[in-house]
Amino acid sequence: MKKILTLALALCLCLTLAVSACAEGSVYYLNFKPEQDTQWQELAALYTEQTGVPVTVVTAASGQYETTLMSEIEKSDPPTLFQVNGPVGLANWSDYCYDLADTEIYKHLTSDAFALKDGDAVQGIAYVIETYGIIANTKLLEKAGYKAEDINTFAKLKEVADDIQARKDELGVDGAFTSAGMDGSSDWRFKTHLANMPIYYEYKADGISSTDAIKGTYLDNFKAIWDLYITDSTCDPALLASKTGNDAVAEFVGEKAVFYQNGTWAWGDISSLGAENITMLPILIGGEGEENQGLCTGTENFWCVNGTADQEDIDATLAFLEWVITSDEGRKSMSQDMGFVVPFDTFTGEYASSNPLVAVDTALTASGKVPVTWNFTTMPSEEWKNGLGSAMTAYAAGTGDWDAVVSAFVDGWATEYALSH
Amino acid sequence: MEKAIKRYWPVFLLPTLAAFIIGFIWPFLWGIYLSFHKFTTISKTTFVGLDNYFKVFADPTFVSAFWFTAKFTVVSTILINVIAFALALALTRGLKGTNIFRTVFFLPNLIGGIVLGYIWQILLNGLLTNLGKPLLALDATYGFWGLIILMCWQQIGYMMIIYIAGLQNVPGDLLEAASIDGATGFQALIKVKLPMVMPSITICSFLTLTNSFKLFDQNLSLTAGEPAKASQMLALNIYDTFYARSGAQWKGIGQAKAVVFFLLVIAIALVQLYFTRRKEVQQ
Amino acid sequence: MTKTRVYHDGAVSGARRVVDVVLSVFLALLCIVWIYPVLLILLNSLKTELAISTTAVFELPTRETFVGLSNYVYGIMQMNFLSSFGYSLVITVTSVILILLCCSMCGWYITRVTGTVSKLMYLLCAFSMVVPFQMVMFTLSKTADTLSLNNPFNICIIYLGFGAGLAVFMFTGFMKSVPIAIEEAAMIDGCNPLQIFFKVVFPILKPTMISTAILETMWVWNDYLLPTLVLDIKKYRTIPMAIQYFRGSYGRVEMAPMMACIMITVLPIIVMYLICQKYIIDGVIAGAVKG
Repeated sequence: MKKILTLALALCLCLTLAVSACAEGSVYYLNFKPEQDTQWQELAALYTEQTGVPVTVVTAASGQYETTLMSEIEKSDPPTLFQVNGPVGLANWSDYCYDLADTEIYKHLTSDAFALKDGDAVQGIAYVIETYGIIANTKLLEKAGYKAEDINTFAKLKEVADDIQARKDELGVDGAFTSAGMDGSSDWRFKTHLANMPIYYEYKADGISSTDAIKGTYLDNFKAIWDLYITDSTCDPALLASKTGNDAVAEFVGEKAVFYQNGTWAWGDISSLGAENITMLPILIGGEGEENQGLCTGTENFWCVNGTADQEDIDATLAFLEWVITSDEGRKSMSQDMGFVVPFDTFTGEYASSNPLVAVDTALTASGKVPVTWNFTTMPSEEWKNGLGSAMTAYAAGTGDWDAVVSAFVDGWATEYALSH
Repeated sequence: MEKAIKRYWPVFLLPTLAAFIIGFIWPFLWGIYLSFHKFTTISKTTFVGLDNYFKVFADPTFVSAFWFTAKFTVVSTILINVIAFALALALTRGLKGTNIFRTVFFLPNLIGGIVLGYIWQILLNGLLTNLGKPLLALDATYGFWGLIILMCWQQIGYMMIIYIAGLQNVPGDLLEAASIDGATGFQALIKVKLPMVMPSITICSFLTLTNSFKLFDQNLSLTAGEPAKASQMLALNIYDTFYARSGAQWKGIGQAKAVVFFLLVIAIALVQLYFTRRKEVQQ
Repeated sequence: MTKTRVYHDGAVSGARRVVDVVLSVFLALLCIVWIYPVLLILLNSLKTELAISTTAVFELPTRETFVGLSNYVYGIMQMNFLSSFGYSLVITVTSVILILLCCSMCGWYITRVTGTVSKLMYLLCAFSMVVPFQMVMFTLSKTADTLSLNNPFNICIIYLGFGAGLAVFMFTGFMKSVPIAIEEAAMIDGCNPLQIFFKVVFPILKPTMISTAILETMWVWNDYLLPTLVLDIKKYRTIPMAIQYFRGSYGRVEMAPMMACIMITVLPIIVMYLICQKYIIDGVIAGAVKG
């Protein structure tokens, strides 16, 4: 009995080994963006059809990328391609990153600014460039008697917003800005994206690109813009804690608000308003030289190849990536179907993005405006963002004061930086 | 006969035993072993002794999750059992429509934790917005009561069913004797019914206690521990330590947390059984 | 409960009737409150996405916001919901059958054969019922991965292992009260233990089987964490896992299709419950009394 059992077990083991050994490298991509899941699946199927190399794409549920990656990377068949959100995210995964310096995708990358490097080793490569700012409804703006081009300073922005807010019944809107909801579906627009502005100006003034202790030089400007958002809003500041991202979309699409801070990725939600009625303004906080300030452009989506995977899987993954950024099918999918601005030199002409919000950014940059970089990738941790978010919510609701926000911003930075280093 | 059966152990015992070893005993023992180690992948482990355990108690998120869980467990156990018992009393009076009531009250129990969480998130967030209050994920107090409401909704029906069964087993002549002795309805309840359904109380309080203490799915989908882990319960905290924090030390700490959690559950179960069982014996 | 009513006479029963009426009304209202959450989801699943912001969630669908079943169609197509449904079904059915078969045999064995092995097994089963899943989640998923027990067709072995405790406990609880005489008679008639079990014991166990089946079904069907960690997520997703995918990377939730899918998940359970209500409730009582 025992012998038979052992034999059977051994046989089973041999079989599984044989099956796994005969595969000539495969690709397993753990995708971060649920919105693009379908397109990646199609692309993977197409590649497998053409080359016979199996490509699996799994998209992690929202908010669970890290947990999914952590549990998957432990398995016998780990992801060969995953992504990190920037230098801070990379720190956790650098042990797993394959050096991409000699790969085709790195050679096609348009700028070194879009690579994550550790010394000479290239550990992550950005595959999508995104832009955010204050999306504006030009139709409503004109109705109120203003032009988007004229808004180039914080003072002007405030003047326009205050005026719209004062005449909201006449204009048929509920407020100048959509509700700045502070729940998880919307708070990143402020605790991360808006908070980027004072960091950007401080880094610029100090000539640095990251820091272990932020000074908060521009926090008064931060307060000014946050006050503007919450007072010239569709709802009472105290209610912000009960608003979601969906609420803001509904307000903007329903033409109940003129301004909506968000990015190029939001185009799909608001496209029903028509491209001709939409534009994007820089987020103006009153920093030096803001007349020339452009939109915030950057990335927090970097591809990393799992260096602990089998070599043939790594090779298969690199080949797949090269195909994605050079083949017609791959380029069409990324630029048109997924709607990405892709930082590789192969994406020109018809493969440039067709997103109208991207077009706004291109036009602004062409006219000499300087894009604002994404410095929030240097924020010390998620905890820091959460702390800031809570303080901002409390301040808006009137249950906390601005000092708490300053403390969360400055002191929180030092504490969290020390914890994660 | 016993011998004959014993010879067939590979058929009767082995499948369950083998699966039990794979699915429980081996992972359990291995888990204890790993709690004394530092590791990211299991191929590279270093022995660190009790270091992980020290770090568990030094971790403020674990301590706050413990108190949140403890509070939640106490409140939900009391609420669920009191309401379930009251409903059971009402439903054993022979009212018209008793069956419909019973059917409806039990219904939520069949819905899974994740789905339940989303249902209540939608409902409660809508309610809070219309009242002008912060959403569940932004205020731990609302998160706490949201979890309590959810848990009550799910568990009351189940416990009610058990209490009804218990009440139906109270002999009629005992109640008759009580009413002849001039006992009021309330006295009959306290002096006769309650002691007689003590076994049901033991079971129900045991089930609600352990269910609440080990709650995970509902916590994940209703609040996900927001804001800033203030509504995070122990089970979610352990999961978070394991999978959401990267760094060499966290896995070992997570496993040590799990061992502590396991010991807590065992302790609570034993203490609870000891006390309620003692009540049963007295009668 | 007519039994208790007999002992009250005229005057008391008058007051009692008033109490009964008040109680009935109260319970009826409570019932409405009780099913309201499900009703709310149902109503909202018929509205357009834009009409489900947190402020509008309580509004009934109007002519403008009513979209019929389109959310259902979208949800099912988008999320590949039917395949998740299929996997959930396969996992639940195979696991429950395996648990019933193996654990009833095991339960019979350890009640009929006395000795340290049986005693130890019994104690371990009781013990395993209290252990929280977090204790073994990491090592269990690792073990399952090594042994390739990570697809819907053999994950039932994991469920057998982790769910054995409760089932064995219930079967032994019942077997203890079954007299051994019939089995001995069968033995004298020349049956071997296998024949005895399937011809004599199995039919007797039927009520316990049903109760156990119900408890285990409720657990496996709704389980989230175990399949998330153990299952090969490259290929398989169960319903509780699929529900998570209505959130976008920027936190935006596709509320309408999500509610539609919640309804598709909940409706079969409700229908099944209404059909075999009696068994389910009896099962719960039996489970509680033995557990």
